[in-house]
Amino acid sequence: MLKIDKKLCIGCGICEDQCPFAAIEIVDNIAVVGDNCNLCGACVEACEVEALSIDDTGKVVQDDLESWSGIWVFCEFTRGGLAAVSTELLGIGRTLADKRRVQLSAVLLGHKTGDCADTLIGHGADIVYRVDNPGLELFTDDMYEKVLSDLIKEHKPEVILAGATAIGRSFIPGVATSVDAGLTADCTKLEIREDDGALLQTRPAFGGNIMATIVCPHTRPQMATVRPKVMKERPFDTQREGQVIDIMATPRQLTSRIKVLESVTATQSNVNIQESDILVSGGRGLDSEKGFELIARLAEALGGNVSASRAVVDAGWIPYPHQVGQTGKTVAPKLYVACGISGAIQHVAGMQSSETIVAINRDAEAPIFNVADFGIVGDLNEVIPKLIAKIEEKRGS
Amino acid sequence: MKIIVCIKQVPDAKDVRLDPETNTLAREGVESIMNPFDQHALEAGVSLKESCGGEVTVLSMGPPQAEAVLRQAISCGADHAVLVSDRSFAGADTWATSYTLAKAVDQIGEYDLIICGKQAIDGDTAQVGPGLGMRLGIPYATCIQKICSADESTIVFERMMDDGYDVLQSGYPLLMTVVKDINEPRVPSLRGKMKAKKAEIRVLSAKDIAADPSCIGLPGSPTQVVKVFPPEPRGTRAIFTGDVDEQVEQLVEKLKPYLV
Repeated sequence: MLKIDKKLCIGCGICEDQCPFAAIEIVDNIAVVGDNCNLCGACVEACEVEALSIDDTGKVVQDDLESWSGIWVFCEFTRGGLAAVSTELLGIGRTLADKRRVQLSAVLLGHKTGDCADTLIGHGADIVYRVDNPGLELFTDDMYEKVLSDLIKEHKPEVILAGATAIGRSFIPGVATSVDAGLTADCTKLEIREDDGALLQTRPAFGGNIMATIVCPHTRPQMATVRPKVMKERPFDTQREGQVIDIMATPRQLTSRIKVLESVTATQSNVNIQESDILVSGGRGLDSEKGFELIARLAEALGGNVSASRAVVDAGWIPYPHQVGQTGKTVAPKLYVACGISGAIQHVAGMQSSETIVAINRDAEAPIFNVADFGIVGDLNEVIPKLIAKIEEKRGS
Repeated sequence: MKIIVCIKQVPDAKDVRLDPETNTLAREGVESIMNPFDQHALEAGVSLKESCGGEVTVLSMGPPQAEAVLRQAISCGADHAVLVSDRSFAGADTWATSYTLAKAVDQIGEYDLIICGKQAIDGDTAQVGPGLGMRLGIPYATCIQKICSADESTIVFERMMDDGYDVLQSGYPLLMTVVKDINEPRVPSLRGKMKAKKAEIRVLSAKDIAADPSCIGLPGSPTQVVKVFPPEPRGTRAIFTGDVDEQVEQLVEKLKPYLV
């Protein structure tokens, strides 16, 4: 419960302003909390006279916190290859493990994983738990959940990281429920406290309008998913040595109540826009479906992929997997070129973590320019062909 | 077919932002809406009911005000509505929320299918659906973009993946979370609106669902928010000057690091 010390409260109203849920109201110069208080703590942090506190009595503290040790990274292997986010996570995993002076382990599930375990060691893993089995060739939630949950229960790592991919975001919440772990989705920053090993997990909320730092002080393991492209992988080190431990999957683990009838890879150009370093994104300003031909040409010139805003996906100009934004995908490429996209908050939420944002729009007042690093005001049909020509000229020289 | 659709009332995200001048949250006129993904979950449930027969129960956890989205759901074709609401649920993270919803589902009784939106737009975690499936001990699949066929014993559907999609087959019970590609939510009919007005919303408290106090609300939540702060402002509003050729020239100069 949120406690308000009436003796300390001066009715200044800062808490009222800070509450993301409009749950505090100043009545007769005293803060009053409503039913929709979510105990997020924004007001506690903001109160200048320390009149607010959160009462968390009744919280159960796990009694074996100390026996959980080591940092784990779930390394995704699909369609015969490692997902790029796997080695990115080993980068941050290595940093966390070094700070805690513990081992970094990678968990590799799949079939015909080849020399992937060596790749993971070269990128920072001390140990690779490899479960290579034909039954794990295609992803199913229940099989993956059982294998990873059982490994966690046996080895008790303090932290488990996974990519916020379609697969990670699907089965990792199941694992967290199964092992009774706190789980934080889509972290953009991870740090660890040396003394108590608390993982400080920072993530955007409310479509990126607010950042929140989250910890799991009383329970282990601590689990987090991280979006692709947010963390940096370490260069491959051929000299690094590590241990590969092969694990046999049990028949119980290899049964699924859901059957994969078919696994279809998109035939058109790469739709996995979350893995792209460069994205050229089209919006309503393209005027018609044909406009995407121009977008595709620019994407090709830049060596990137095509994405889009919600408006044009809803209009049927391009399929949903290309949609960036709150109800589409969240991307963080090195370069994001927004063409004819006005920059509604829902769109910005999905791309504001990009390293560099370029906006091309005929409306100089469009909000997209507020988040852009570079902007061109002009007609797409004129700007883009000139841009393509210039890029090709630069590449040629 | 007995279907439960889980819905959440959320603040309309476009209204929640930091006032750049005062650096406080501007929430004047923030409207509460049914989470957009849940509207698609509801539509999926109602259209399955229409094609296979059965009934749809909508379930929401939230403050008393959340009744509004349950009534909206009834106006769009849901048959029953359950609000699980109690002060002691406040501060629940996804672990405690999935526990609470699972206990509420136990009270609702038999079901074949539970449908949730992929994620709620206030938290964006996408964790409650899978967590609920795990707690109920039923299989689940996330990000469903199409239901191909459904009869009394089997359902076939497409799950969106990062680079394509999988076609999956399952029996019941099953929990699925849906993306917006699955359908176009209907607008409420006049008759639906009348029905919604009169509908009885069943309200369940922590006691009614026999919840363990150490598993709900803040005490039951492993994760704790320790700090909330505005994101670092980004972008410089640096619009190039000059005619189009000059602007393009300047941009390409800036893009050099990416042209390798």
